[in-house]
Amino acid sequence: MTEFFQSWGLSYEWAWAIATIAGILLIALPLMLAVAMIIYVDRKVWAAINLRRGPNVVGPFGLLQSFADGLKVFLQETIIPSAANKGIFILAPIVTFTVALIAWAVIPFDAGVVLADINVGLLYIFAVSSLSVYGIIMAGWASNSKYPFFSAMRASAQMISYEVSIGFIMIGVILYAGSFNLTDIVMAQKGHGLGIVNGYVFNLLLFPIFVMFFISALAETQRVPFDLTEAESELVAGYQTEYSSMSFALFWLGEYANILLMCALMTILFFGGWLPPLDIDLIPWFDIPGIIWFFAKMFLFFFMFSWVMATVPRYRYDQLMRLGWKVFLPLSLLFVVLISGWLMATGHYGAAA
Amino acid sequence: MIQTIAFYLFAVLVIASAVMVITARNPVHSVLWLILAFFNAAGLMVLVGAEFIAMLLIIVYVGAVAVLFLFVVMMLDIDVAAMRAGFIKNAPLGVVIALILLAELVLGIGAYRMGAIELGTPMASDAPAMVEGNTNAIGALLYTKYLFLFEAAGIILLVAMIGAIVLTHRPTRAKRGQQDIGKQVRRNPDEATVMKQPTVGQGVEL
Repeated sequence: MTEFFQSWGLSYEWAWAIATIAGILLIALPLMLAVAMIIYVDRKVWAAINLRRGPNVVGPFGLLQSFADGLKVFLQETIIPSAANKGIFILAPIVTFTVALIAWAVIPFDAGVVLADINVGLLYIFAVSSLSVYGIIMAGWASNSKYPFFSAMRASAQMISYEVSIGFIMIGVILYAGSFNLTDIVMAQKGHGLGIVNGYVFNLLLFPIFVMFFISALAETQRVPFDLTEAESELVAGYQTEYSSMSFALFWLGEYANILLMCALMTILFFGGWLPPLDIDLIPWFDIPGIIWFFAKMFLFFFMFSWVMATVPRYRYDQLMRLGWKVFLPLSLLFVVLISGWLMATGHYGAAA
Repeated sequence: MIQTIAFYLFAVLVIASAVMVITARNPVHSVLWLILAFFNAAGLMVLVGAEFIAMLLIIVYVGAVAVLFLFVVMMLDIDVAAMRAGFIKNAPLGVVIALILLAELVLGIGAYRMGAIELGTPMASDAPAMVEGNTNAIGALLYTKYLFLFEAAGIILLVAMIGAIVLTHRPTRAKRGQQDIGKQVRRNPDEATVMKQPTVGQGVEL
């Protein structure tokens, strides 16, 4: 895009700055729209599973419900508790929201459609996802209230625990792809299964770690079986208890942006990103743009997220910790050993380096 | 131009937040400033082309170590006034340490300006294998030239980890309050619930 702006007669620096800002807006604004619509989808799926109608009043089929909710919180008064630590109290939702957005910089939506095609893309995602705990800790502490603080403690322990297994799972994929670059990881999946199936998930060594990744992603984004941080029967609303108006909405948007990011990650790491499912032109699906495949796969995973939310009861906290440390950590470590052993035995290592 | 602006932005923020770490009155604020300092240091490393180290800095220090710092500082009830009271008493010691550090810095920079020194001979060939990207280069160096040091560091960390676990491990606790997950998983509705058909006016005996 920089060249395009340079053709307008701008110097390289200005063209670069404008192109980067345009790229950021091109990702962030549709992402906000996607979050609004995905909240609607989420509520409709729960409603369908619970045999209810879900939002159906605002707009056709209730499609504008999220925008009505957004307008409502926007017009409300922001209340800051008098005993709160003001600066951090205001900063916490901003941190949550910003961190949820910056990870999208390295996500490739299609071949070459990526803001920053960096070599350490997966490490960047991992680093950013380890930051999302700060918004929650800061919110819980700055609220100066017991329930938010308990929630913050729970959230930090939970996210640190599941990050370990997510890290090992990512290592398994990195070993197979031979690269940290997300575009390279997607391209390495082309024709991975028997030369025709695109995607690591059909590999017998990688399918179990995909299942672990899905469950860890639920824990990392604090979705339902693991939403101990906002367990309303114990902690009111968790770390968000003292928040109102836009500061509450920022937590909400950040949470859903994180869920979408996890869906995108599952698509990229295990389901071949923007590639069609099979590498043969059965129906003329090579003509379908890659970005549509990408969004369709993300939508499938999001449906699985809300399906789980509507059907599974909440874990107890000690069960959550046990699953993270005593089940997923040894299992994912075992799979790192198995995968690297298999790659050494078959001589596939370092192929894409 | 862009690099220069980015460098001065990161550098100024690193120094400013480092100053705020030691001047902030609230220890939680200090930790948050420290996190900002880590961030900007990672930005500086990206600028010099060490993106792998930068990401590791964020993952390890910001993602794990600083969270634990924050955890501990939030849980502890630190009385800043009491800590300030000990300042005058410990000031001479602090001044001595600061002077020693200053002398070492001056000596170090002076020695660096004098020229390189020969410290033994490398085990393998000095030139790393020609690979692209510094992630690959670091990997190639760690597993060839510095293999022994790398493995030794790993074993030392493992020993430290086992030591910490041994120190905090409590072998037996009271039976009450202990969860037996296997027992809970094996439980089924037949043995956990009973169906009763009480008649009107009569209670249920369990």
